[in-house]
Amino acid sequence: MSATQTVATSNRVAERLYRKRRIVNRIAIILSCAAAIFGLFFLAWILWTTISKGIGGISLALFTENTPPPMQSGGLANAFFGSAVMCALAILIGTPLGIAAGTWLAEYAGARKIGTVIRFVNDILLSAPSIVLGLFVYTVVVAQMGGGFSALAGAIALAFIVLPVIVRTTDEMLRLVPAQMREAALSLGVPQWKVIVQVLYRGASAGIVTGIILALARISGETAPLLFTSFGNQYWSTDLTRPMSSVPVVMNQFTASPYESWQTLAWAGALVLTFFVLVLSMIARAILLRNKTSND
Amino acid sequence: MTDLNFAMSAPVVGTSGRAVDAGAKPKMSARKLNFYYDRFRALKDVNLDIAEKRVTALIGPSGCGKSTLLRIFNRIYAIYPKQEAEGEVLLDGENVLDPKFPLNRLRGKVGMVFQKPVPFPMSIYENIAYAIRHYEKLKKPEMDTRVEEALRQGALWDEVKDKLKQSALGLSGGQQQRLCIARAVALKPEVLLLDEPTSALDPIATGKIEQLIAELAERFTIAIVTHNMQQAARCSDFTAFMYLGELVEFGETEKLFTQPAKQQTEDYITGRFG
Repeated sequence: MSATQTVATSNRVAERLYRKRRIVNRIAIILSCAAAIFGLFFLAWILWTTISKGIGGISLALFTENTPPPMQSGGLANAFFGSAVMCALAILIGTPLGIAAGTWLAEYAGARKIGTVIRFVNDILLSAPSIVLGLFVYTVVVAQMGGGFSALAGAIALAFIVLPVIVRTTDEMLRLVPAQMREAALSLGVPQWKVIVQVLYRGASAGIVTGIILALARISGETAPLLFTSFGNQYWSTDLTRPMSSVPVVMNQFTASPYESWQTLAWAGALVLTFFVLVLSMIARAILLRNKTSND
Repeated sequence: MTDLNFAMSAPVVGTSGRAVDAGAKPKMSARKLNFYYDRFRALKDVNLDIAEKRVTALIGPSGCGKSTLLRIFNRIYAIYPKQEAEGEVLLDGENVLDPKFPLNRLRGKVGMVFQKPVPFPMSIYENIAYAIRHYEKLKKPEMDTRVEEALRQGALWDEVKDKLKQSALGLSGGQQQRLCIARAVALKPEVLLLDEPTSALDPIATGKIEQLIAELAERFTIAIVTHNMQQAARCSDFTAFMYLGELVEFGETEKLFTQPAKQQTEDYITGRFG
C-alpha cells in the first residue's frame, strides 16, 4: 500500500518537474526568437533604405561616367575602378604574407612562446581601428614620399587590414586539419614543407579561400584607411603613384554634400557596394558548405 | 623474456596457417628501448624482434606502450617536441634511431597505417601516386601500372577502378583504410606498421582488412597493434603482450594464447583485467 503511494508521489513530482522544464523551455525559445527578430529587423531596415534610396541612381551612366562636378550628372566609374584596383592590390600583398605567417604559426611555431605572442599581437592588429592603420601608412609611406597621396599607399593601408584576417584563418584552418593527416603524409617519407603545401593546404583550402573573400568584403567598404593615403581623384586615373578615387571615400564626400545629384550617386554607390559584399559572403558560405558535405 | 630464435626453433604452424620456421629471421629489433613523453617513461627497456615476412601482434591494455613502440619504428614520434627515444631499433642490423640514418630512407622502407583512415584530400589515383612521385620519376603509363598494382594489393582495385579520378573522401571508411594500406604498400616498403587499423571499422570491413593482412604477410614484415584479442589470435604469427611500458611476454601466437607463461598474460587474455 505504502509502496504504491510512494510511486504515486514520485510520479507527481516528476510530472511537476516536467511541466516546469517545459515552461522554462518555452520562455527561452521566445526570448531567443525575439532577439533574432530584433537584429534582423534592423538589417532589413538598412537594406530597405539602401535599396529604396539607391535604386533611383542605378543606370548605365553610373558605371561608365566619372564623378561629376556639383550639380552635374555623371557616374562612379573612376571610383569603382579605383576600389577594384586598390582592393586587388591589397589582397595581392596581404594574402601571401598572411598565408606564410599563418602557416608558420600553425606548423612550425609549435608550443613555443613566440608563437603565442605573435598570435596575440595579430589579434590586436585584427581589431585595430582602421583609421589608425591609415594614419600609420600616412606616416611611413605618404609622408616619406614627400606628402604625395597615392593608390599604392591606399592599397598598403588596406593590406594591413587583410593581413591579420588571413593570418588568423590560415592558422585556424591548418590547425583544424587532423594531426593524423600530418602523420600519415610524413610517414610516407615526404618532407614537411611538401606535406604542408601539397596535402595540408588542400585540406584547409576552403577555409583559407573563405578568409580571403571575407577580407575582400571587409576592405571594399573601408573608408578611414583611404582618407589619408589614396585620398581621392575626380578623374579617371590608372597611375598607382597618384591619388585614386574609391567608392567609400566618394560616398563619404557626396553624402555630406548639399547637392542632390551627389547624394543620389552616393546612395547608388552604397547599393552596389552592399550587393557586392552580400554576393561575396554568399560565395564564402557556399564554398564552406560544399566542403563540409564532401568531407562527411 | 622469450628469445625469438628460441620461439622459432620448432617448425610448428602458426595460427595464420603459415609455417613458422627457423627461416624467419628478425627484420626489426628493439634493443633496450626506452621512451619518454617529457618526463613520463612510457617504455621500459623493451627488447623485441619483429620476424621477417611474419605478422607480429602487439597487445595490451590502453596506455601500455604498444602504439608508442610502433611509432618509434618509423620515427614518426619525432615530429612532436618533448618526445624522446633511447636505445636502439635495428632494421637489418642498422640503428634507425641514429640521427644519421636518413628519415627519407627509413620511411620509404617502413610504412605505417593509422587507426583512423586518413585519405588525403585528392583523387583516389593521386592518393597513391603522390607518395610514389616523391621517390621515383615515372612516366604516365608506368605510374598507371604502379597505382593499379598498389590498389590491387590493397584489395581495392575492383571497387574503384572506374572512379580513380574521384575524391578519395567519398569512399567508405573501410575502403579509405584499404586505400591507406595501398598507399603505404605503393612505396614497396619492407615493413608495414599497422596501428589498430580496424578499430574504426565495422565487422565486414574488418574482415576484409584481416584477409588483406594475411595476403600482405607473404611479401612484407608486419607489426600490428590491436585491442582485439581475437584479431591478434586470427592474423598473427607472433604476439607480444605489453603492460605498463614493459614487454611482459613474447612468443608464438598460438602458444601465448593457449599456454601463456606469465600470470599477467593469462589474466589479460582471459579478460580478467585491461
